[in-house]
Amino acid sequence: MNSADAFRQEVRTWLEENCPPSQRRPIVREEQVWAGRNKTFPNNDAKLWFERMRDRGWTVPDWPQALGGGGLDEQQTRILKEEMKALGCRTPLYDLGIWMLGPAVLEFGTEAQQHEHIPKIARGEIRWCQGYSEPGAGSDLASLQTRAEDCGDHFLVNGTKIWTTNADKADWIFCLVRTDPAAKKQEGISFLLIDMNDPGVTTTPIELISGESEFCQTFFDNVKVPKGNLIGELNKGWSVAKALLKHERKLMSEIGGDTPGPSFGPVQAALEYIGLGEDGKLKDLALRDQLVRHEMNFRAIGLTHFRSFEERMHGLADPNVPLIMKYVGTEETKNKDELLVALLGHQALGWGGAGFNDDEILTTRGWLFSKALSIAGGTSEVQLNIIAKRALELPEHNAQA
Amino acid sequence: MALVLNEEQRLLKDTAKDFLSSTMPVSELRALRDSGDTHGYKPDHWQAMCELGWSGIVFPEEFGGLDFGYLGLGAIFEQTGRTLAASPLLSTVVLSASLIQLAASEQQKQELLPAIISGELTLALALEEGHHHAPTAIQTQAEKTADGYILNGRKSVVLDASSADKLVVIARTNKDSNGSEGLSAFLVNSQVKGITQHSKQWVDSRSASEIIFENVQLSDADLLGEADQIWPALNIALDRSRICLAAEMLGGALECFERTVAYLKERDQFGQKIGSFQALQHRAAILFTELELAKSVVLDALSAIDDKRPDLPQLASLAKARLNDVFEKVTSEAVQMHGGIGVTDELEIGFFLKRSRVATQLFGNSGFHRDRYATLCGY
Ligand SMILES: Cc1cc2nc3c(=O)[nH]c(=O)nc-3n(C[C@H](O)[C@H](O)[C@H](O)COP(=O)(O)OP(=O)(O)OC[C@H]3O[C@@H](n4cnc5c(N)ncnc54)[C@H](O)[C@@H]3O)c2cc1C
Repeated sequence: MNSADAFRQEVRTWLEENCPPSQRRPIVREEQVWAGRNKTFPNNDAKLWFERMRDRGWTVPDWPQALGGGGLDEQQTRILKEEMKALGCRTPLYDLGIWMLGPAVLEFGTEAQQHEHIPKIARGEIRWCQGYSEPGAGSDLASLQTRAEDCGDHFLVNGTKIWTTNADKADWIFCLVRTDPAAKKQEGISFLLIDMNDPGVTTTPIELISGESEFCQTFFDNVKVPKGNLIGELNKGWSVAKALLKHERKLMSEIGGDTPGPSFGPVQAALEYIGLGEDGKLKDLALRDQLVRHEMNFRAIGLTHFRSFEERMHGLADPNVPLIMKYVGTEETKNKDELLVALLGHQALGWGGAGFNDDEILTTRGWLFSKALSIAGGTSEVQLNIIAKRALELPEHNAQA
Repeated sequence: MALVLNEEQRLLKDTAKDFLSSTMPVSELRALRDSGDTHGYKPDHWQAMCELGWSGIVFPEEFGGLDFGYLGLGAIFEQTGRTLAASPLLSTVVLSASLIQLAASEQQKQELLPAIISGELTLALALEEGHHHAPTAIQTQAEKTADGYILNGRKSVVLDASSADKLVVIARTNKDSNGSEGLSAFLVNSQVKGITQHSKQWVDSRSASEIIFENVQLSDADLLGEADQIWPALNIALDRSRICLAAEMLGGALECFERTVAYLKERDQFGQKIGSFQALQHRAAILFTELELAKSVVLDALSAIDDKRPDLPQLASLAKARLNDVFEKVTSEAVQMHGGIGVTDELEIGFFLKRSRVATQLFGNSGFHRDRYATLCGY
């Protein structure tokens, strides 16, 4: 047995002994454990599972042990994920700090900043949200206007952010702010951490087509922010932002993750809601063709994730593969959700109340939510621009020509 | 499962690239076409390929092979796709020799495989009877007689038949059977009495013939393996062929795409490179994503052959359907993005377009493979 197999065995045994059975069922939104100062747990099992994982550093398995992480290498991290998936273990802790901010602080933060923020993220003590977009700055993020004025010992922040997911529930926000209005757009931006409890920070929720109000508009009105909350150099926030976006896109490209959805996949839904004819084929042949196209595409994407991983393991990483995965993964998920709605027919079009079971409602809501995937984190069109520029090295357009 | 090539395989790929781009560039296919050739490839080219060891790459050493596996052969196929190199590698080595390796008697293998590997013997598989790939819709009959069989029937498209030394003919030996049951394979000398061959001209300038069998006398020794039982081996041989062809198509699609992207950076209109227009950038970027997925699918399918994985049929259908679609899309877009010159015979893009459509029809179009994949998955 090689060391990878031995590690796999150890992980499996540990998970089997430590993951309560109730935490091996598919996740539902109400039972997700989110980080926060006032963290709540839906039940004792969820608390126990979170605490056990936290104590092993496995809420953030590949972060340094000294900072509360698990100290695993890439292969071990993958093994842990695979074993958790095989057993159906739920993600023990949800937080943007884990997915996005933490890796950026590990890369750009000072030692003091790392010791201040990283362990709290690992232990789920602070819930983070992301303050990038503004009403006038979406795809063209670098045109953002929120101002942070240098006032000697602190910055004074004024402006507004929009589409801030869960801003009303978050403890802290990581923001892009303009620190030099005279510089070229990308060059006058800094990366700032702000406590949502600070005087002058307010949020108002925005309702979505899926019926939720995950989003907020966040306002900053003369908010005083200590200088020590600047990550990276002054006016160099754009590099931090770009590094962080890479993590965001990687996260969004990991299709079929553990976002809540119905307990069935498309094949199972097809068998249940349409059924097989005497020839053993799905009764609706047009939907059968759509279904198989989806299944084949899904498999091709999964294989591409795996190829990209293997290439990295062999030191043959192709930097262009990660570039395509956000686009491919989110478009595929949208496609899958459209397919599910088609497969369920009328039963996927209920809004609530009697006559629709939980899975059916989740199908409807999931479909509506999936529309956001190819917008958030850089739209599909923006991803294609990036592929054209970086992977294909196609020239910039010159509007004056 | 291996989704990266090891060092030896990468080396092999580089060798193939060097050899094919210097000895068998697309201009060789054009020359073959313009010479009015019906043979389908240049015998000198095939001899050179055999000398490089390519005909023996997947066979055990006991037959004179290299036992190097399909990931290696796939790397070669990908390169042949880049230069549209015409050879009997697919028809002889993958399709026919696989069948022999999987189904023939020990004695037949000893006789045939070394001759194939050395390049002395080329074979063509006579399977298809209709306008579309339908490997079990076989009406050709081989009726048992006292000392052999009598063969009657018509085969519509037999790859490389005009150049092949012998044919491997799939026929129904059990009159009362249908579908995949009751089928057998015979090794038939293409010169014997009762065989009429019409070699046809195809858009891709490669060779395939229609063949009619009228009361062809066969001996018991011409039967490959056992009577009525060829299907399982044929099914695997077809899957291997689908996968190797998909690898060739991947090479063709990549080449065609790269040439197109280069053109986008070269051609000026409205005072700038046409590659600066977002309408073209996005289409090119989408093709790029499709090609990346295609690479993964082909590699996994090749490794499924080497690892004798039970999901080989799914992977073969996944790879063939995907590459049919990608190659078709890439070649059509390549023509469009070249503008007027794209539809000229002078530009080599047209050769890729033509090869793509022929390759799509071989061993199953996308509808065939999606239907098969769905059935294999139980719906
Ligand atoms: C679910 C969800 C969660 C989000 N969470 C957060 C968050 O927590 N924090 C945060 O800061 N932001 C968040 N966002 C905002 C998100 O990053 C922006 O919505 C996104 O960047 C697009 O900006 P926009 O909405 O202003 O659209 P616009 O940029 O106005 O785009 C409108 C349309 O124009 C197209 N377009 C724009 N520019 C180009 C171009 N150059 N070429 C071609 N087409 C173009 C776009 O693709 C799109 O189709 C979230 C968004 C969603 C949907």
